[in-house]
Amino acid sequence: MKMDIAFGQYCEGNSILHRLDPRAKLIISIIYIVVLFLAKNVFTFALLTLTTMALVILSGISLRVIAGGLKPILFIALFTAIINIFFFTGDTLLVDLKIVKIYLEGLFNAGLIVLRIVLLIVSTSMFLTYTTTPLALTDGMERLLSPLAKIGVPVHDFSMMMTIALRFIPTLIEETGKIMNAQKARGADFTSGGLIKRARAIIPIIIPLFVSAFRRAGDLATAMECRCYTGGAGRTRMNVLHAKWYDFAFVLAVTALGAAVVLMNIYLPGYTVTM
Amino acid sequence: MENTIEVKNLCFTYEGYGDVPDVEALHDVSFTVEKGSFTAILGHNGSGKSTLASVLCMLSEPASGEVYINGKLMTGEDVTDEDVFDARRRVGMVFQNPDNQIVASVVEEDVAFGCENLGLPPAEIRRRVDDALECVGMRKYARHSPHKLSGGQKQRVAIAGVIAMKRDCIIFDESTAMLDPMGRREVMETIEYLNKVEGVTVILITHYMEEAARADRVIVMNGGRVLTTGTPGEVFSEPELLWDADLDVPQTTELLYRMKKAGLDVRLDIFDFEECAAEIARAVKKRQSEVK
Repeated sequence: MKMDIAFGQYCEGNSILHRLDPRAKLIISIIYIVVLFLAKNVFTFALLTLTTMALVILSGISLRVIAGGLKPILFIALFTAIINIFFFTGDTLLVDLKIVKIYLEGLFNAGLIVLRIVLLIVSTSMFLTYTTTPLALTDGMERLLSPLAKIGVPVHDFSMMMTIALRFIPTLIEETGKIMNAQKARGADFTSGGLIKRARAIIPIIIPLFVSAFRRAGDLATAMECRCYTGGAGRTRMNVLHAKWYDFAFVLAVTALGAAVVLMNIYLPGYTVTM
Repeated sequence: MENTIEVKNLCFTYEGYGDVPDVEALHDVSFTVEKGSFTAILGHNGSGKSTLASVLCMLSEPASGEVYINGKLMTGEDVTDEDVFDARRRVGMVFQNPDNQIVASVVEEDVAFGCENLGLPPAEIRRRVDDALECVGMRKYARHSPHKLSGGQKQRVAIAGVIAMKRDCIIFDESTAMLDPMGRREVMETIEYLNKVEGVTVILITHYMEEAARADRVIVMNGGRVLTTGTPGEVFSEPELLWDADLDVPQTTELLYRMKKAGLDVRLDIFDFEECAAEIARAVKKRQSEVK
C-alpha cells in the first residue's frame, strides 16, 4: 500500500496568497466568514462572488482542484436547497402540487444559501487549506494564541502536539500498510464479508498499530529530552514570522469589504435572503 | 589528556516485579573516554551496552558508581536539574530508529529543534542549522519532508540535529543497526568526519565488528561487565576471548587468525581487505623463500 496523502490538500505555489503570513490568513478567514454571513441581498452576494473569484485567480489554483474540493459538500448544499425550495412560503406561487407549494422566493432563497455555502468553502480553502501548509497553520495559530499562555492556556504544548501528530501521520500510514501486508500474509481477509466481519478484520491491524505508536511515543520523548526539550519556556524559534505590508493590506481590504457589505445591506434593500 | 567521560564502578539493576527477578544490567563498569577520541563499545544483545548509553545521557540513574562528564560528577544526590540540562548540552545521543527521533515535518526545522530548546537567537540557529546540514551533506534536502528520505539520510538529519547543538561528545546508540549497507556506510563516513575533522568525541555503540575496528579504542561488554579494552588491534588479536562472549571478530582477523594457527607468520591487527591480502601475500612469499 503506497499512499501519499496530502492532508489539507495543500497546493504548491508562490502566489501572494501562498506568501501571506499564516497569522494574517487566519484573521482574514475569520473576517471573511463573518462577512459572508452578514451578506443579505443580491448586490452583496454579487460583490462577494466577485471578490472570491478574484481570490481564486490570485491563488493560481486550477478550477478543477477547487471543484474537486466542493464535492464533499454537494450533499449538504443539495439538502439545504431542497428544504428551501419546498418549505419556503412567499408571495409568488410557481407550482402547486397540493401537498407542496413552490414559491419564487423559495427558489431565490435556496440559490443564495447554496451560493453562500460554496463561497464559504472556496474562500476559506483559498486562504487556508490550499495555500498554507498544515505546519505553517499550526505555527500561525500558536503565535496568534500566545497571549493566552499568560493566563495559563498550554498553547505551546498543543501546538507541539499538533506538529508531532502531523509529522507522524505519514509514518503511521506506512506502518499500517506493513501490518496489513503482514496480516494478509498470515491469511487475513479485509475485503470480503459483511460490515461486522470487516470491522472485526480491522482489529488485528489496530492493535499492533497502537502498540507500535506507544513505543514510538516513548522513544520520541526520550530523544526530545536528550535534545534539551523542557517545554515551551525559554524556547526560541529559528523561523520568526514577520508581518509584511501586504499582510496588513489584505486584512484592511477584507475589513473594508465587510464595511461595504454592511452599507449595501442598509442602502440597497430588496431581494433579501432569509436564513 | 583531558577526559570527556569518566565512569567508575558503575552498577545498574533493572528492578523486577512479581515473579520477574531483578536483572543486573551493569556490574562494576569502569572506563574513561578521552576528549576527541573515537571509542567503540562492542557487545551482543543484552550485554548492557544500551543501558550504559542511557546512563551516560542521564536518562537512567545508576544503582551505584560514579559518572563524570567533563570532570563534573553527574551521579548521586546532589545533582540538580540544571546539572542534567548542562550535561545534555555537552553529550548528545543519536538513537537506533531514525523515525522515532525526528520531531518536525521539515528537515531544517528538525535540525533547529535542539537549538530552539537552548533558547538561542534566530540568526544564530539559522547559521548553525545550515552548517550542520552542510556537515552531514544534507544541505539540499533542507526543505524536504523527513518521511520521504532514506534511512541513512534520516539518520544523517538526526546527526545534524545533534551537531547543531555543538556537543563535545556524541553517543551513537546502534545508530546503524536499522540501516541498509548503503545507509550504514553514509552514517559511518559522517561519524568519522565528525571525529577526525570536527574533533567531536565519539562513542559508538555497536555489534558490528567492522565498525568497531575503525575506532581508536574498543570496549567489549559481556553480561554487564567490561570484558576487555584496548585498540582494535589489541582486542581483535585475541579472538578466543570474543568468541567466548558470543561475539564475532572481523572477517579479516578471523582469516589471519586461522592462518597464524596453521603456522603462517602474519599480523592480526589488520582490518582492511587490501592490506589483509598484502599481508598474506607477504607472509606466503616469506615462507616460500624460507623453504627454498
